[in-house]
Amino acid sequence: MGPITRRIGTLQGPRGWAVFFALIAIALLVPLLNLMVPAGSLFYVPDYVVPLLGKYLCFALLALSLDLVWGFAGVLSLGHGAFFALGGYAMGMHLMREIGDRGVYGNPLLPDFMVFLDWDHLPWYWYGFDQFWFASLMVFLVPGVLAFVFGWFAFRSRITGVYLSIISQAMTYALMLAFFRNEMGFGGNNGLTDFKDVLGFDLSTPGTRAGLYVLTVLALGLAFLICRFVVKSKLGRVATAIRDAESRVRFLGYRTDRFKLFLWTLSAMLAGMAGALYVPQVGIINPGEFSPANSIEVAVWVAVGGRGTLFGAIIGAFTVNGAKSFFTGWAPEYWLYFLGALFIIVTLFLPGGLVQLASRVRDGFTGGRNRGLRAARRSARATEGETSHAT
Amino acid sequence: MQLEASVATAAPPAESVADGTLLYVDGVTVSFDGFKALNSLSLVIDPGELRAIIGPNGAGKTTMMDVITGKTRPDEGTILFEGGHDLTRLDEPTIAELGIGRKFQKPTVFEALTVFENLDLALKMDRRVFPTLWATLDRTRRDRIHQVLETIGLAPRLEMRAGALSHGQKQWLEIGMLLVQDQKLLLLDEPVAGMTDSETEATVGLLLDIAKNRSVIIVEHDMEFVRALECRVTVLHEGSVLAEGDIETVQANDRVIEVYLGR
Repeated sequence: MGPITRRIGTLQGPRGWAVFFALIAIALLVPLLNLMVPAGSLFYVPDYVVPLLGKYLCFALLALSLDLVWGFAGVLSLGHGAFFALGGYAMGMHLMREIGDRGVYGNPLLPDFMVFLDWDHLPWYWYGFDQFWFASLMVFLVPGVLAFVFGWFAFRSRITGVYLSIISQAMTYALMLAFFRNEMGFGGNNGLTDFKDVLGFDLSTPGTRAGLYVLTVLALGLAFLICRFVVKSKLGRVATAIRDAESRVRFLGYRTDRFKLFLWTLSAMLAGMAGALYVPQVGIINPGEFSPANSIEVAVWVAVGGRGTLFGAIIGAFTVNGAKSFFTGWAPEYWLYFLGALFIIVTLFLPGGLVQLASRVRDGFTGGRNRGLRAARRSARATEGETSHAT
Repeated sequence: MQLEASVATAAPPAESVADGTLLYVDGVTVSFDGFKALNSLSLVIDPGELRAIIGPNGAGKTTMMDVITGKTRPDEGTILFEGGHDLTRLDEPTIAELGIGRKFQKPTVFEALTVFENLDLALKMDRRVFPTLWATLDRTRRDRIHQVLETIGLAPRLEMRAGALSHGQKQWLEIGMLLVQDQKLLLLDEPVAGMTDSETEATVGLLLDIAKNRSVIIVEHDMEFVRALECRVTVLHEGSVLAEGDIETVQANDRVIEVYLGR
């Protein structure tokens, strides 16, 4: 494991690690300023901000998972919302079971909507969800297995490009229709809601919300490092090669379908984790999360932030959702126009997204000096390699 | 051994002929919408052989490479590698793993990756998903890449993005990728297309060097280049072999002059 630990250390340069920990620290400051600072203070973070930012963090995690397959392997999924929603439902089912007999009908076993539908027993697929560990496992397993089966067939049949996007869209649409049906046993169009607590912590208290928020920050940080590890590995380079010239990679002897399947399944599990963290913070999960428009919006976040960078996906999710919150409060009727315009502007003028804009600005400030320096360092290293070989 | 023996009894004539050959192509036909791209093509390549394949446009050269590398399934015919592996039933990665490498007409290197990374991807290593995820470059492998970088003359550019290379350099990088793969048979589709005269000359030297340790099939238009290779030449025409022999014999062949050289 020696080389592996070394690789974890070199996932990003010293500056990258500094930025990484600084961002985590800033993120963790939010609940502190909410809980520790008196309400009148300038530094006080109001109660509503914590779950709002928590929600953005979940979206950032979802965008990150999409960037892993889209940005690096060229697989544009327009159905990633499905994996997010499935993870969310898995967690929602646990939260429903934890309500116990505190529901409107006071049934200790059956959630309210089942009592309302006159069901007299719990469907088999609800078994086990009273256990938190089981639900947590399902958060990864259900999206993972669905993605594995879907990807197995799609990638083996060499479905790529827009065709894959369309069938992924069809997948999430089919799931939406299925989850809307009351007979499915997931609460129909109302979904799952009225959650009381998680692991005994009351979901309505600021403390629990801060805890969920912290968990989400850590989950996003961890997922970022996992994705970073994957894309920095040789597998990541194979993925990039698949994105740019898949048939060539096959002639090199790589089974490209399996590489895509690996990334796809990993990505779906990360999306599921995002959904599971989302549900307790917003307090509801309903079939609307499966809607194709949601999944398309995720692709917009990634494109706006800059795909194939991981970090860009996070920036994009925050920027677009931040703008959405602002617009829907200020001029809701213009939000969709704004979103459309943003997408067009980025596609036309900033194909590399906001991340590209940032690097352009930086190069502008330093007069391209950094870039020259970097190139010089590179060629120095190259000569070094050459001489070491010659000796 | 068991397998070889049982296959031999199942189809004695074909197997015994294919024994000792590296590539054995017999009666291969491929049709697209009624058009026969390959028409009962037969061809034998021996271990260590360098072979040039020429022919006018539409003679079936690229289709031939496609069926050998598993991209296209032939309608009929036999293709055996090392006498035993039936290539008509295997897919591209399996055939590549058996030891057949391919270079395309248009240079296809991975443009977003550096020269070094391109070679690293091609390097003979475990190609499965998880070993690839955990893979690290050890000293011997790194040295092997540097050695090939010297051979193809790209050592000073190892950190350069492959997309920034010139056309000729991309061709060499692709040849380098075939070298680090350490294949038994290389299929090269017009390796000097678009090269300057001096680049072509350098490439001839490189290819002759490569052919010392493995079999190479070169598909080419350029007669001067083929002459410089001094090897056995196969002329394809309308999907089958028109003539075979050294370049002088082939060029003296009346039918070859009629369909190809005479024009």
